[in-house]
Amino acid sequence: MNLEKAILAVITMNQEKVAGGAPIFVCESKKELEQIAANLEAIMDGIAHALSEELFIIVKH
Amino acid sequence: MNEYTYPIIFGVIIGTLSRVLMLKTDYRQYPTYLHGKIIHVSLGFIASSLGALIIPAIMEKNYTAVTILTVAATQFREVRNMERNTLNEVDDFELVSRGKTYIEGIAISFESRNYLVIITAFIGTLVYILTNPYIAVIAAVICVIVSRVLMSGSTLKDIVDIEYKELYFEGAGLYVDNIYIMNIGLPERQEEIKKYGMGFVLTPKNMNTINTVANLGQRQAILHDVSIALGVFRDSGTPALTPLIKRDLDDGRIGVFVLPQVRDVEKAREVIGAVPVLESAIRLPSQSRTHNKEVHDK
Repeated sequence: MNLEKAILAVITMNQEKVAGGAPIFVCESKKELEQIAANLEAIMDGIAHALSEELFIIVKH
Repeated sequence: MNEYTYPIIFGVIIGTLSRVLMLKTDYRQYPTYLHGKIIHVSLGFIASSLGALIIPAIMEKNYTAVTILTVAATQFREVRNMERNTLNEVDDFELVSRGKTYIEGIAISFESRNYLVIITAFIGTLVYILTNPYIAVIAAVICVIVSRVLMSGSTLKDIVDIEYKELYFEGAGLYVDNIYIMNIGLPERQEEIKKYGMGFVLTPKNMNTINTVANLGQRQAILHDVSIALGVFRDSGTPALTPLIKRDLDDGRIGVFVLPQVRDVEKAREVIGAVPVLESAIRLPSQSRTHNKEVHDK
């Protein structure tokens, strides 16, 4: 199966709100969150989307 | 040498010349390379030879010779396939791809130009044999002018109004005017986009053009042409920096988000205005009987 879009990673500051199949990165601060998101975005060739202030996902388009 | 030698040579020369004139290299940069040009001029030569041979063949009562034209049709359909394949192959490696609709448009025009060459050569030879060389030259010039008119379609500025709009973010959402483009999470990416991005809103002038500009192929053609003419601020592996076009569902306006390297609003507006309206994107709902019942019933 060829997926068109997929969530490659979830980055969050609130672990209680997330669960599921994608790798989850838990961060302490907003700064750490953005840093990890930026790095993952570059590594995975995906886009970092913000779902809320404390929840980012990396999506492959 | 016989009485047909000069008319045939005349037809072939006129046909090939008209192909050369049609083969202009412009900002689309296709075909740029000498080899691409040689292929098309040679095919133009073959086409004009075919066109020039028809009249002498008929005059010699050699009617079966005319059937060779069917071979010509197959041959030039092959030209269309060739163009389509080459452009499709190359398209994957463009920073901003052309899109299938644009490629199809280019392929169609390459095929049809060969038919225009056949007609030009045919008319040139016909007039040469029926009258004299001087009138034949005039007829050929008229043919060339007519083919130029036939091959130039309309451009976007004929069908839409183009307006520059500042980009802005609402939370993580990127907007052009009131049209949502995409979600950008990282503040540093948002800064980059604000710095390098430009937004335009294209307002269709009537019912027909709403459907035309909504066509995904037409939209991709706009993005491709802007990126070619003004450069593009992106690289492989930066999918966040992707030029995009989204549509306002309410009224059919489209919001264009581009990342040009040359950030000149006037130039960008001109480039967008000069994007060709793709043949396969044109829709004419105004011709629909049901849609215009009142008009047709009268």
